[in-house]
Amino acid sequence: MYTYDTYDQTIVDERVAQFRDQTARYLDGKLTDQQFLPLRLQNGLYIQRLAPMLRVAVPYGLLNSRQLRKLAALSRDFDKGYVHVSTRQNFQFNWPALEDVPEILAGLASVQMHAIQTSGNCIRNTTTDQFAGVAADEIEDPRPWCELIRQWSTLHPEFAFLPRKFKIAVCASKVDRAAIHAHDIGVELVHDAAGETRFRVLVGGGLGRTPVIGEEICNDLEPQHLLTYLESILRVYNLHGRRDNKYKARIKILVKAMGVDAFRDAVEREWAVLKDGPATLTDAEIARAKSHFTAPDYAEFDADTCAAALADQCAEDPIFGNWVKRNTVEHRVPGYRAVNVSLKATGYPPGDITDRQLELVADLADRFSFGEARTTHQQNMVLADVRQDALYELWQALQAAGMATPNIGYLTDIICCPGGDYCSLANAKSIPVAEAIQQRFDDMDYVYDLGPIDLNISGCMNACGHHHIGHIGVLGVDKKGQEFYQVSLGGHQGKDASLGKILGPSFKQEDMPDVIEKLITTFVDLREGEESFLETYRRVGIDPFKERVYA
Amino acid sequence: MPKLIKNGAIVEETGPESLDLEQWLAHDGRAERAVVLEPGECLEPLYAHIDEIPLVLVNFPTFMDGRGFSYARELRERGYRGEIRAVGNFMRDQLTYLSRCGFDAFQPEDESEIEDALHSLKDFSEYYQSSIDQPQPLFRRRG
Repeated sequence: MYTYDTYDQTIVDERVAQFRDQTARYLDGKLTDQQFLPLRLQNGLYIQRLAPMLRVAVPYGLLNSRQLRKLAALSRDFDKGYVHVSTRQNFQFNWPALEDVPEILAGLASVQMHAIQTSGNCIRNTTTDQFAGVAADEIEDPRPWCELIRQWSTLHPEFAFLPRKFKIAVCASKVDRAAIHAHDIGVELVHDAAGETRFRVLVGGGLGRTPVIGEEICNDLEPQHLLTYLESILRVYNLHGRRDNKYKARIKILVKAMGVDAFRDAVEREWAVLKDGPATLTDAEIARAKSHFTAPDYAEFDADTCAAALADQCAEDPIFGNWVKRNTVEHRVPGYRAVNVSLKATGYPPGDITDRQLELVADLADRFSFGEARTTHQQNMVLADVRQDALYELWQALQAAGMATPNIGYLTDIICCPGGDYCSLANAKSIPVAEAIQQRFDDMDYVYDLGPIDLNISGCMNACGHHHIGHIGVLGVDKKGQEFYQVSLGGHQGKDASLGKILGPSFKQEDMPDVIEKLITTFVDLREGEESFLETYRRVGIDPFKERVYA
Repeated sequence: MPKLIKNGAIVEETGPESLDLEQWLAHDGRAERAVVLEPGECLEPLYAHIDEIPLVLVNFPTFMDGRGFSYARELRERGYRGEIRAVGNFMRDQLTYLSRCGFDAFQPEDESEIEDALHSLKDFSEYYQSSIDQPQPLFRRRG
């Protein structure tokens, strides 16, 4: 993974010192709330319902065991001993004291971490596939490009006061696991006819109040121009994005208003000035970035022998076999699997992880996965490089710690924002809804029979739970001071991305498990063969679901 | 006389008479007048007269409006070498970014903290990106 040199460390250390001074000035009354707001947000600090919330950046979701242990220690020393994995692959602290934040940031900096630009109207953490580097369908490793984007976007002087937040995601595999169509900029790595690396660039996607699927602005960008091209897009947005209404300030509104062709022309005009300038990537820099993401020292295995040995183990212990089937993923190297560490046990808020669990993941990463782990935008974690002959031992350890719930990709693997229990933006609670649904669907065999279903819950329009791209999306709404839930169907992330369609009038919290159950039984009744929920929905449309639920 | 930070030091100075963009473009004596840029204006017509401008004042009605950052960079990228002065409601915590975008003078609304504000110019000693004050990005300079 990427390791800091003295330059990177200096930048992060100086940011800690700067924020320490800003916090002191605020506590001294020298900065107003309004002035401190963008400064703290650009360091990931929200003022929440009950306490501040600090969002720590995990660049493209990759961490090492030392960083995990530091997060665990910080959560113990300055918080309540647990953190939350967000849908941008970051970690959130829910209860830090404002005065302690500079100290927390210093602790993070000591392990090459920070909270820079995890909030505010600036370029946020770049996200990518949680299986980057190991996915069997990967075209190239996206992480060197993510790291180049991270460095370019970190403390960028021109783009710290944009009209609104700005999110970039990178996909470099056949299946899109980074939801690039739902980002302000989606970067898709492709190989052209000659086998050369090129970028297809999508712009103006996003969720929130006005969900939009991104549109293609360029399909053959040469890699050395990646940063100047991104810079040109950002400049057009900074200059022309709306600032009069925060709900119309995202780049998607500008792209729609201008039309993608006029937007492209504006970008090209800026690019004519910046292209081939000093920000053009050099071969040496691309090679340097790639040198940080070389393959670990894999052992050599015979694929068939390994598969047979694992099949025997699975047959001997069906509970283990089920976990292997549900929670582990094919690896491009024979004899290895990528393992999902589930943070979706029923009764625990989706994505929450305790200090002890973090330390366990760190230990397991050291023992089984070359000392590295990942966070996922589905709010789980991943150990990406596990030998198949070590899976049994790993499973036992995860199971003892409540992190082996075999539901990855199924109905109860709910993606859920912290909602009204924590967040001051929320209209409604989301965690209790998730829990009630998980409890209703406690028969795992039934859940498996349903096949993969993405169920996403957001407590408000800001859509942190990505409800628009859930096969079933749930949105908390406020109706005359009461919490209600609006349901949408047919959203999907992936290269054939789609946005969910609203089912109809919203529901009370206590009715939500029944509503979901009716949707599911409708699907089961209409399903042909082994169709997935999404396939059935796309075939039959929303009406049969509507009829049943509102009957 | 108003106090401002100029080239890293505090000076007292009154600039030339200033005109808004439209007035400036139409004025015969524009080479002796400063031009004031407001957020939302199109700079394109100004580019033909880059060599005539003695001073650009970029106004920040609110520190949350970042358009002025792009104005300064665009002017510098198109060859403007004269003074670019930030005026209005910007914050001292923005000075590093402003100077990296090509601002070389800062006239804060509240002069009382101008001495402290000088420190903010030195918040960072190193940056990743190509910028006006350091066109070479870090990746072309790393040892």
